[in-house]
Amino acid sequence: MTQVFKGHAGIGDEVTGEALVASDNFSARYDLDRIKGVFSRPQHKLYGQSYDGKILILNAAKGGVASAWMLQEMVSRGVTPKALILNFANPIMAQGAAFANLAMIDRFDIDITTAIPSGARVTVVPAKGEIRLLD
Amino acid sequence: MRLNDYEQEMLAGEHGAAKKYGMEQVVRVGTFFDAPDTVEVAQVHLMADPESLGSSGVEFLEGLAALPKAERTVVVPAVTDPRGVDLAAYQRLGQTEGMADLERRATAAFRALGFMMTDTCINYQTICPPVLGEHVAFGDTGSSIYANSVQGARTNFEGGPSALAAALTGRAPRYGFHLDAVRRGSCVFEVDFRPKDLSDWGALGAYVGRKMASYWEVPVITGFDDAPTSDELKQFGAALASFGSTPLFHMIGITPEAPTLAAVFDAVVPKAEKIGKLEVDALIQSYMPSDDKLDVVVFAGPQLSLMEMQTLAGLMQDRHIHKDVALIATTSPEIKYACDRMGLTETIEGAGGMVLSGVCFYQMYAREIGEANGWKRLMSNSAKLVNILGGYGYEPVLATMEACVDSAVQGRISEAAQ
Repeated sequence: MTQVFKGHAGIGDEVTGEALVASDNFSARYDLDRIKGVFSRPQHKLYGQSYDGKILILNAAKGGVASAWMLQEMVSRGVTPKALILNFANPIMAQGAAFANLAMIDRFDIDITTAIPSGARVTVVPAKGEIRLLD
Repeated sequence: MRLNDYEQEMLAGEHGAAKKYGMEQVVRVGTFFDAPDTVEVAQVHLMADPESLGSSGVEFLEGLAALPKAERTVVVPAVTDPRGVDLAAYQRLGQTEGMADLERRATAAFRALGFMMTDTCINYQTICPPVLGEHVAFGDTGSSIYANSVQGARTNFEGGPSALAAALTGRAPRYGFHLDAVRRGSCVFEVDFRPKDLSDWGALGAYVGRKMASYWEVPVITGFDDAPTSDELKQFGAALASFGSTPLFHMIGITPEAPTLAAVFDAVVPKAEKIGKLEVDALIQSYMPSDDKLDVVVFAGPQLSLMEMQTLAGLMQDRHIHKDVALIATTSPEIKYACDRMGLTETIEGAGGMVLSGVCFYQMYAREIGEANGWKRLMSNSAKLVNILGGYGYEPVLATMEACVDSAVQGRISEAAQ
């Protein structure tokens, strides 16, 4: 049976893909090599891993304001996560997702980083604020 | 969201494509955060360096800039955050013509939209400081936290697309730190020592920032009887916002909304977590490498005030930077003019340093200029800069301005810094 996790209604279109999960935070400027599409901050739990084409599931938005432009820039170059799922977004991530029309949901009733394992296939339904665990 | 007639007209495109974009962005973000309606903002501060924009972002701006003037022009005073390329210095830094071209195009588009190219992240010190209760849309974490906390103005972090929307419509969604309820304290930190240097103030902000679970937590600081300086609060806030994604702090007896603990907590005041010099020193020490190699010293993040530039010039008077080390200081165009007039630029550059205008190091294609110049080990007195640059391939070290300058002169990390 498909498990469904509920968050706040989000931004963007429905997408399906492989989850990349860590109990760590997220900033496009601080954490990523956006040309190579990998996490580049040595202290990040996903250091060295590719986020391209993944449903990225992390704890909270951190860091500066650059992510608001950078999400759209990542989408335009085609090296981008399919969706960004956070326990807590901040305005910058929401503004960036709205500008880029990147799927994003936050504010779940559980810790979403412990509910979904890395590698699982999930469907993200922003209009309903739902993540469906398919495997 | 409730929109008035004019806002609905903007959303429907009756006032042109630029305002339509702006209202769509306001409504999308406002809906995400359950904003009931909008606030009118008095001024806008927009971050949009070319590295963040990319070519697609610049093309988007050029599309708006090509609209008729009456449709495209901002409706409230709007200023810019640091740019990514100092066109007077980019070749010396190893920045490419492609980077400079993107910068020129973005700047031309912003001018066509009616932005004032202040190119500074210290607009709250140098351009037009907001006042208690004023709704603004500020687009740099450092400028936002200073405006909210020290000046008592009201803003969320307004990233470029939303700050642009605010400039074009005069509106921001009413949620987050525009609301009284969100500005209440969440937790208390009791500081039992007085930081001495700006780097210590930044490290204290970094320590508190690491404790913040999300954007929505408001730390309340106790333990200070005498007011810190503007530059001390600037470094503290910039680091807190960088490490914590935190847009507001209260400092009891110092910041305007927090005369007492009772003023920022509704009922029970949470138990305070104590912070001593030991904890802050340990944070600084965590960045110290095992060897003393040094490539570049940077004073930036935030741009330096006139007072900081004077201190730096004093430390560099009659000295010379080691031939194997670069030293860079960034400031705003207005402060750079002042430094030129007062001889501070001449002193710093005479000692072998570079004074850059209208840029900030981490917004200058930091990865690419590091690779072009062979810079890896970097020293700074800015905790914010040290936090950011780890992700750009640098090995950053946090130390006082004095220790940074001494190290630049010696060509290696000085013993005093270790």
